[in-house]
Amino acid sequence: MKPRHKRLAVIALGLAALGVAAALVLNAFEQNLVFFFTPSQVAANEAPQGRTFRIGGMVQSGSVQRSGVEVRFLVTDTAKTIPVLYNGALPDLFREGKGVVAQGQLGPDGVFRAREVLAKHDENYMPPEAAEAVKRAQETADRMAKTLK
Amino acid sequence: MRWFWFASPQTFFPLAGSIARWCAVGAALLAAAGLYVGFFVAPTDAQQGEAYRIIFIHVAAAWMSMLLYVVMAFWAAIGLAFNTRLSAMMASALAPTGALFTFIALWTGALWGRPTWGAYWVWDARLTSELILLFLYLGFMALQAAIDDPRRADRAGALLAIVGVVNVPIIYYSVQWWNTLHQGASVSLTRAPSMASTMLTGMLLMALAFWLYSIAASLARVRCIIKERE
Repeated sequence: MKPRHKRLAVIALGLAALGVAAALVLNAFEQNLVFFFTPSQVAANEAPQGRTFRIGGMVQSGSVQRSGVEVRFLVTDTAKTIPVLYNGALPDLFREGKGVVAQGQLGPDGVFRAREVLAKHDENYMPPEAAEAVKRAQETADRMAKTLK
Repeated sequence: MRWFWFASPQTFFPLAGSIARWCAVGAALLAAAGLYVGFFVAPTDAQQGEAYRIIFIHVAAAWMSMLLYVVMAFWAAIGLAFNTRLSAMMASALAPTGALFTFIALWTGALWGRPTWGAYWVWDARLTSELILLFLYLGFMALQAAIDDPRRADRAGALLAIVGVVNVPIIYYSVQWWNTLHQGASVSLTRAPSMASTMLTGMLLMALAFWLYSIAASLARVRCIIKERE
């Protein structure tokens, strides 16, 4: 083995060891790198108690109630739902049926009092006409499913 | 071998010059085409309206920031293993361009985040790991600048570059491994892109323009380094 091949082998081995170490560290961090908790995780008491944390999910359709600056809505991950209370301006992309991340505290009454609400959008980009077509197709499929039931 | 003939800085110098010139021209043309498609041809997004158009710069810059780091670490490792002068110079030449694209990705991301998410910055896994990438680039440049002997500077920088390469897959997969505010990838090798085709065309044109710009800028910079050292 020439010295330069030895050096290459040492670098490769070092990089492999580093990769394994990083994987182990990230695995250990798993829970702490979570940006938000889903309503199901909150229901299973996985979210920190009595501390500020974030919840994330969809804004349930038809659940947004505004009274002045106060907004109430339900965050759902389709399995569980959490009621959220928020005072303040909502981001432009805050929509019913779309993603949302709220930071705040869970009250003893089960209502999440948010101090900050962020909109989480998805990675799909399409012109409005295409979005309209997708929506119509979805509605037709839903109607068909209902008729067939 | 013809390939290794160009591994000597003296013979590479004129070749780098002509490649850099052609790539600079190509980058300017492709960027003009990409921006035209991005701003005038691509349709408005159904959800985000016009705000999404920053994607044409943001995504291409973010791809470039990760790719350039891998290329930089590759040349640094080759230089460390085989003691080749030109590879170490290539690594040093790539760092400022990589740092620039990382900064552009973070900056345009902040400008995009405010109107869509409602925040310039959040500490989620994607944003934080991209910020670490910027620090790795800056650390690499600072470390090399701090050591006077170029050979020793190359070796120290190479170690940092190789260690930091672990961060690149973390950035890329962060949106899959953890729940983040940042959305997932719209374009990947394993499935169909989830965006309208004209939008995709604009993004790919910009990505190609950034590729050519990176080649031109780093080769122009490596010529300066060759002049300085030889």
